[in-house]
Amino acid sequence: MALHRFANPARFLRFSAVALPWFSVAAVACIAAGLVLGLVVSPADYQQGETVRIMYVHVPAAWMALMVYTVMAGGSVSALVWKHPLGDLVARAAAPIGAGFTLICLVTGALWGKPMWGAWWVWDARLTSVLVLFFLYLGYMALQNAFDDPTRGEKAAALLAIVGFVNVPIIKWSVDWWNTLHQPASVARLAGPSIHASMLVPLLLMGAGFTFYFAAVLLLRVRAEIAARRIRALRLVAMEG
Amino acid sequence: MEALSAFLAMGGHGAFVWPAYGAAALILVGVLVASLARLRREERTLAALAAGATRRGRAKLRAAAEAEAGAGARS
Repeated sequence: MALHRFANPARFLRFSAVALPWFSVAAVACIAAGLVLGLVVSPADYQQGETVRIMYVHVPAAWMALMVYTVMAGGSVSALVWKHPLGDLVARAAAPIGAGFTLICLVTGALWGKPMWGAWWVWDARLTSVLVLFFLYLGYMALQNAFDDPTRGEKAAALLAIVGFVNVPIIKWSVDWWNTLHQPASVARLAGPSIHASMLVPLLLMGAGFTFYFAAVLLLRVRAEIAARRIRALRLVAMEG
Repeated sequence: MEALSAFLAMGGHGAFVWPAYGAAALILVGVLVASLARLRREERTLAALAAGATRRGRAKLRAAAEAEAGAGARS
């Protein structure tokens, strides 16, 4: 598998040194273009007026909340099943970024719900399952540090991440399975997007920008995790020596 | 000027649109800054530990060499 070429931390560090500037520039460029198109160029919605502009942060943040969780669960599987040396590090590094995106999704959703639905929050399937996702991220981070032995914490947290993955398809299809105030998907549909290009383009630009942001911050955080692992190893050697 | 205040008013929904963008910016920048600070901290600690380890390693090698030299002189 191609991913195994990055299993070696030294090789990963070389890759991240090359990729990080590109990801950062791409993130800034996409988000800047998305902001201009989303806030200035794109039209107001015929029903929702200007509040529709909240979509350009809310929807990409929701996509990222699910994508980052998928990365986290994937890293956990590769750590538990194949003992991939970077699996735990990637999952661990991804969690706070995913929690951040989920929080953005919840906050901007409340700010969009108040003027459009008349309520900051409703306990329907979509909103509740995203709140559960946020708690899964927090629980994952708490569980990792809840054991004296860090490898036991990693294992318990990886298990939680994998079991919690069942929530990801529930979130995705919650708007189809249950009656809800939340509108159904309008971009990722079998019949193609039901949204006009003037709104779809800034939406996709923001999505791309958030993805590059995630990639860049993930590389930074994995580098920090590799350094932390080396610190632990050096301290063990020092104690023995 | 009028165009700007119309833009900021967001059709009367500025109080919802701008906090949404502000919260997103705050969280994204916050995660980035925290991640950079952590990386810097870990790399500093690692550099200090590694320097100490090589110093200790060199001292150990020197001590071993001296002990060996001493043993050789005695025999």
